[in-house]
Amino acid sequence: MRRLVHSVVVLLGLVVAVFFFTHMLGDPARLMLRPEATAEQVEAVRDRLGLNDPLHEQFFRFMGGAVRGDFGESIWQRAPALPIMLDRLPNTLYLAGITILIAIPLAALLGIVSALRPGSLIDRASTVVGLAGVSIADFWLGLMLILFFAVNLGWFPTSGFGGPQYVILPALALMVRPLGRISQVIRSSMLDQLGQPYVTTARSKGLSERVVVTLHAMKNAAIPALTLIGDETAALLNGAVVIETVFGWPGIGLLLIQAIERRDLPLIEACVFAIAVMIIFANLLVDLAYTFFDPRIRYT
Amino acid sequence: MSASTLTRTTVAAADAVNNLRAPTRQGRLAFLWQALRMDRLALLSSVVLLAMILIAIFAPAVAPYDPAKQSLSMRNDPPMTRPAPDAFPYVMGADALGRDVLSRLIFGARVSLAVGATSVLISGLVGATLGLIAGYYRGSVDDVIMRAVDVWMGFPSLLLALIVLYVTGAGFWNVVLVLAVTRWMVYARVTRSLVLSYRENVFVEAARATGCTDREIITRHLLPNLLSPILVLATLETATIILIEASLSFLGLGLPLSVPSWGLMLAQGREYVTTAWWLVTFPGLAILITALALNLLATWARAVTDPAQRWRFARKMKPAHR
Repeated sequence: MRRLVHSVVVLLGLVVAVFFFTHMLGDPARLMLRPEATAEQVEAVRDRLGLNDPLHEQFFRFMGGAVRGDFGESIWQRAPALPIMLDRLPNTLYLAGITILIAIPLAALLGIVSALRPGSLIDRASTVVGLAGVSIADFWLGLMLILFFAVNLGWFPTSGFGGPQYVILPALALMVRPLGRISQVIRSSMLDQLGQPYVTTARSKGLSERVVVTLHAMKNAAIPALTLIGDETAALLNGAVVIETVFGWPGIGLLLIQAIERRDLPLIEACVFAIAVMIIFANLLVDLAYTFFDPRIRYT
Repeated sequence: MSASTLTRTTVAAADAVNNLRAPTRQGRLAFLWQALRMDRLALLSSVVLLAMILIAIFAPAVAPYDPAKQSLSMRNDPPMTRPAPDAFPYVMGADALGRDVLSRLIFGARVSLAVGATSVLISGLVGATLGLIAGYYRGSVDDVIMRAVDVWMGFPSLLLALIVLYVTGAGFWNVVLVLAVTRWMVYARVTRSLVLSYRENVFVEAARATGCTDREIITRHLLPNLLSPILVLATLETATIILIEASLSFLGLGLPLSVPSWGLMLAQGREYVTTAWWLVTFPGLAILITALALNLLATWARAVTDPAQRWRFARKMKPAHR
């Protein structure tokens, strides 16, 4: 419950920040028009959008609209911004979902195996993936994947949206960072847990190694990884903005960049709001997962 | 591990740790140098970084061509093409405007390193100061600062950066400030937790008992202990910032088009991914090498400066330095 309040505060803070940056630092009319617009054109837009009203009236109108999901009319598509955004939402969820569903189990597997066999080939491989994850620009990896697998080998389409073959390269590009970071954390927390007395107890009771690892150590090792999974999911949704642009994937990220290029402020706000909601929702899910892995934490 | 090895190790470790408390700055530097020479990856990383920094500083002298010089006859020429029969070749090819990719990369190093260093400096100073205040004075100041950190952490930082840059437009200082604003919390958290663990320590209590003022305790006793973990963090953060700057520039919201930045070069080369591989390969490699070197160096520095791990290095050193 406290987490929920916290999330709402963050969301409201974001809306306020967006209002502050667009209405107070900048002038929405100027932001929407091309730089070469005349003063009369700017004035006309200001009038139409009610930008000559007192600032507090504008603020309440803006907040009221944002709470109801009304961001105004998209200038580019001449239709309300919200439905346009909602139309693209499933595509982003699809890409992010596939990436996470592959990355987390794979990271867990890599982390656990490297903890059980330190110094082995898999351990060293996962160290390399971990380093790559924090050193490679994900959008560049995307470009390299296109160059190698799509242009040279012709195995996958270079960009676009369609059957399963379209999702593989963008998901791979998005995956490296969370895969590397999560597997490293799972490895070290697994090593910690395997040295704990309760593991020795379980072993001396004659439990099989598989039971010790899967039922005892893994559950406890998952807790530090969970925090990171929340952060990485947020980073993933941020990263999707760039990756979608590279692969021409018609999700919210690409829509956001297209809206920015067309100076379509209502649509930009709708996209930012949607991505923020997804990130906050992901964090809430992670918090719920804590209670599953660690019964000592209970939210009241 | 047999009893005798254990004893030997312990003695060696204690011996080493004692000697590590080298009273002089020179002794400490000598120790770092020894430790660096032992780790080949870290040594290579520091050589690479040093080379990068030198190349960035002396870019006009190092670059074979003017990075802005266009030549329509050389559009997208592959690597090693010579502009004239006996001229120095375009080692990494030419871009869509016939500019030398290598020269642009060299000038791009300037941009990336400058953005990284400046925003790390700003966010580090602000974040560490706030973390220090929160951890040392506790109470309501701590609550306010850490609550702000929590809320700020929950913000989608890239989105915030996108919005701000959309409003303010592209520009060096805009990017630097936006990146500093989105990253200061990391330092605040780390510094606070360090201060919390140190302030209950005996040496702080002793300092207080001998009548040191808060300011003396902070500057003389806490700061020296905070310095190396914060420097390690700053190294890691530089890599992160360079990656984010590249993303922002790639999206067209970072640096102005006139600046040769690695992210912008990738954005401009993207169109030609099917015909001119060198345009998208080399700038990304430059980012990768820089970030990798920073990450490797930070990993090494963390191990060396952590007193709990330092003996591993000390144990393997030549007797002269033990």
